[in-house]
Amino acid sequence: MNLIWVSILFPLVAAVVIAVGPSKSARWVAFFGTLVSLGALTIFAWNFPAWHNAQHFPSDVGPSWIKDAGTTLSVGFDTVSLLLALLTAFLMPLCILGSFSAITERTKEYYAWFLVLGSSIILAFAARDAILFYIGYEFTLVPMTLIIAIYGGSERRVAATKMFLYTFLGSMFMLAALLYLGWEHRLVSGAWDFDIDTLTKTAIRLPSAIQYWLFAALMVGFAVKIPLFPLHTWLPLAHDQAPTAGSVILASAMLKLGTYGNYRFALPMAPAGGAELMSLVAVLAIIAIIYASLICWVQTDAKKLIAYSSVAHLGLCMLGLFALNPVGAEGAVFYMVNHGLSTGALFLCIGMFYERYHTKDTDVLGGLAKRMPVWSSFMVLFTLSSIGLPGLNGFVGEFLCLGGTFISEHDGLTGYPGVLGPWYAVVAGLGLIFAAMYLLILLGKIVWGVYREPPHISSSTSHGGEATRLPRDLCLREIVILTPLAVACVWLGLQPKPMLDAIAPCAEKMLANYPKEIERHMSHTSAAPLASNDQEPVNELRSE
Amino acid sequence: MTEALAPKLILLAPEMILFVAAVLVAIMGLSKNHGVRASLPFVTCVALIASIVAVGLTWTPENAQAANLLLPMLGRFVKPLIAGIGVLLVLVSVGSVDRRMEEGVARGRFAFDPQRVVRGEFYAFFLLSLTGAMLICNAQDLIWLFLAIELVSLPTYIMVAIGGSGSRNQEAAVKYFFLGAMSTAVFLYGFALIYGSTGSLAFLEIRDAFATQSAGSGIDTIAIIGIVLVVLGFCFKITAVPMHFYAPDVYEGAPTHVSAFLAFVPKTAGFTALILILTCVGWTGHTLIDSDGVRIPYSGLPTSISAILWMIAVLTMTLGNIGALLQTSVKRMLAYSSVAHSGYLILGLIAGATAGIEAVYFYLLAYGVMTTASFAVLASIERRGEEINSFADLAGLRVRHPVMAWMLALSAASLVGLPPFIGFFGKIYLFIAAFEADQFGLVLFAVLNSAISGLYYLRLAIVPLVSAPSARSEEITSLPTRWPYIAAVICGVGTIVLPVVAGMLIDSAKKSASPAAPLSTAIELPTHSAPEPGEGSTVLGAR
Repeated sequence: MNLIWVSILFPLVAAVVIAVGPSKSARWVAFFGTLVSLGALTIFAWNFPAWHNAQHFPSDVGPSWIKDAGTTLSVGFDTVSLLLALLTAFLMPLCILGSFSAITERTKEYYAWFLVLGSSIILAFAARDAILFYIGYEFTLVPMTLIIAIYGGSERRVAATKMFLYTFLGSMFMLAALLYLGWEHRLVSGAWDFDIDTLTKTAIRLPSAIQYWLFAALMVGFAVKIPLFPLHTWLPLAHDQAPTAGSVILASAMLKLGTYGNYRFALPMAPAGGAELMSLVAVLAIIAIIYASLICWVQTDAKKLIAYSSVAHLGLCMLGLFALNPVGAEGAVFYMVNHGLSTGALFLCIGMFYERYHTKDTDVLGGLAKRMPVWSSFMVLFTLSSIGLPGLNGFVGEFLCLGGTFISEHDGLTGYPGVLGPWYAVVAGLGLIFAAMYLLILLGKIVWGVYREPPHISSSTSHGGEATRLPRDLCLREIVILTPLAVACVWLGLQPKPMLDAIAPCAEKMLANYPKEIERHMSHTSAAPLASNDQEPVNELRSE
Repeated sequence: MTEALAPKLILLAPEMILFVAAVLVAIMGLSKNHGVRASLPFVTCVALIASIVAVGLTWTPENAQAANLLLPMLGRFVKPLIAGIGVLLVLVSVGSVDRRMEEGVARGRFAFDPQRVVRGEFYAFFLLSLTGAMLICNAQDLIWLFLAIELVSLPTYIMVAIGGSGSRNQEAAVKYFFLGAMSTAVFLYGFALIYGSTGSLAFLEIRDAFATQSAGSGIDTIAIIGIVLVVLGFCFKITAVPMHFYAPDVYEGAPTHVSAFLAFVPKTAGFTALILILTCVGWTGHTLIDSDGVRIPYSGLPTSISAILWMIAVLTMTLGNIGALLQTSVKRMLAYSSVAHSGYLILGLIAGATAGIEAVYFYLLAYGVMTTASFAVLASIERRGEEINSFADLAGLRVRHPVMAWMLALSAASLVGLPPFIGFFGKIYLFIAAFEADQFGLVLFAVLNSAISGLYYLRLAIVPLVSAPSARSEEITSLPTRWPYIAAVICGVGTIVLPVVAGMLIDSAKKSASPAAPLSTAIELPTHSAPEPGEGSTVLGAR
């Protein structure tokens, strides 16, 4: 438990040190802060006793914070949240390293806010109290908005405002839903409590009509964050405008808060709502896949292309999650981690050539393989990982998500009935083909072909102030950034089994109520409207 | 009557301190010695801190019970709250009153003229207004309540006029005075109707009369009209729709430090007065949970009144937020934001009983800290000797005044209700109270409104932090005195630090409200001998 708090609080301490210290040392303090955070989490993970039993560790309730509201400072991880927190902590030092040459103004604020951002995300993953989760989840907005608004591109104000407002509006619904759950618990037990497990137990006993709205409210909050079509419009702009490291954390860690929210809150808390809305979410996810892929196809801005591909990939992740069987859910969680790795790496790669050429336009830039062979090798590797080439990490998650969707049928033999099925998988599978097309086109344009560079680089050498400082190909620092990511991508592609085994119990636990609910939902839809005898379980509960 | 006088007088010790200090300050303001005049704000601060100590010493449960009050422990939390925020408000005002005059005297441009200085009066009125706000907690009848409320308001009219040196101050003061007088007339008429219906001025007797009426055929129509008028009249004090329209003009016209005062003190006074009046009636829509876990609706407040409060809440937060969206002046924006926050606070009034009152006071504390932070930032800087008014002035504030820019951002984050700032916990508590009163619809409105408010509060944070400095904002300078700056830092840091002790604060807020459970307190109170009509029907309330 103390290690968890170290990983959350140490970056905050480092942020304070940066704020009061000299600006020269800021980046090294930040790097050190994130390394300590990663180290603490790694030691915790090394000794983590609950890899295979879907339990939280530590499982005891933390110290009370606001007694009347039942808020405690409980933190603890299960496998899924630990993996996502590790992913965040793993990317943080790489992002800090990646910002060394990109951020030249207001560096102190930048690194301080970046550390706060990382802490806040880890807090959200670690929280076992809904209010604590909400604090972490929502507070990420402050540093991210500032990072985009201060350090972003030309439209940074619009991008930051749009991101803030979309997410803030969505999460207000989520907050209302969580408070409502706390209230329901108060009705049953006489005291407010926001412990997530307690809330889940309370929620699954609610009438299905209430669960339906509960699910919808939670889903609105998380769907903005994921982002799910049609609430995704803030994301490409935010990614496009954000500085490289901001994009990396946004895509790899912050968006995962949305999918994690589904895993932790929406799905287990409101199974009746989830069963009823699963096909709707699945359809939205498929629209996201196809629609975003088509946009990627015509996109000439490399960063926007990756941003839209993120929408498509997370659509696939949501589809896997909402297949509501262990195969799909395992795949979705696995995909969350791997999307973080490969998309984060792609954003870093694009940031690296952007620092040299000051353009992301694939029409004016090309043939970099000749100029930057090391960079090109990494780029190709990460792109293939993102496409889902067998042997690399992306493939496993995608395959399982699609497989889960495929077997999510009425007469599923897996014991997990569903309403999706082969057709959903086939249409979503088109997305994979599209992904291969647009990403290979991207590669073909910027890596291979005749060497082209933007006119302002070749004509005036004075413009490339930073370009002159950076070597033509990657420098050692940049290789150090990309190598761990590349190793992780290959290793997870070749050895997915340990991680999948660890995820499986969690996925089954999350889906524990679904077979029954889906059966009931299907019999209701075929026979009678729902919520006729739904009142009973609650009364039973209240008379306890 | 005589035996009850002693505890009552003891409970008035803080007000006595403030009153003596007010007289002292008024005299000291005429001193020829510059140092004495400069010490006035600090004398005021000392008096306020002394009054906080006095509350701690005198407001014991025994004294409070003996004083025969409607909400015996109300003052224990509310008076220190008023005095504590009062200290910050004094710091914001340091150096602003009589500034031209003092500068002229210091440079020897003209001799000191006791007839032209107003600093003594200003701080005297400042203290008197706070005295009035505190006296409301001691009110046990309508007359006292009326006098206390007027003691809050009358000095503020003058403070608006004399607090600064701008030409618009007088206009704002006149506007504020006439509209304030109108609102006074409205709630005074309401008081008269309540008296006509119940035949009594004392709160405890009015409460019994209402309990008898509602146990019979329901509360008189005349009394209901009276209560509605009282609520509407108090809406002026709390800047709620339909009496909110003066707020932007007055806040903009008043000197910034007085605007900060107006945003907090009359609002707290108004909410305390409303809580007293509504406690006389009791709350409706409040659910109690019996031992079997079954919800039982508890009826007290007539539906007509709760419906009116409901509409006021929704309209206030919506109009406040939409109004704030459209402003280019920071002070007008903060005025509309003050309106919107009143809307959230009315949630607590509707929720009523313990949870609601507790939430209202906790939120008032949060609101006091965060809104004072933003006003203090505005008061700590100026442009060519004029007050800051438009957002354009604030662009790129970070470059010259980084700390103030960050404090403004902190207060904005807190006002919008982002965790983990104090405003978030205030909202959580209001929402929790509203849930306990089954007001899901209101929570939904509040949630949507919070989302709208994100738009303009974001601007309050982004403009100073992100925008490039403009020609206008290049001319921004700090005030010669650092005290408003210090006040801003205290408040800004408070928005982060207070949540750490939120549990403790809420506990003390809860104590102020806990005896408010309708009728149950009367049963415990030995001084109140008359048997309670309708006692049996509300046993659950005492559970």
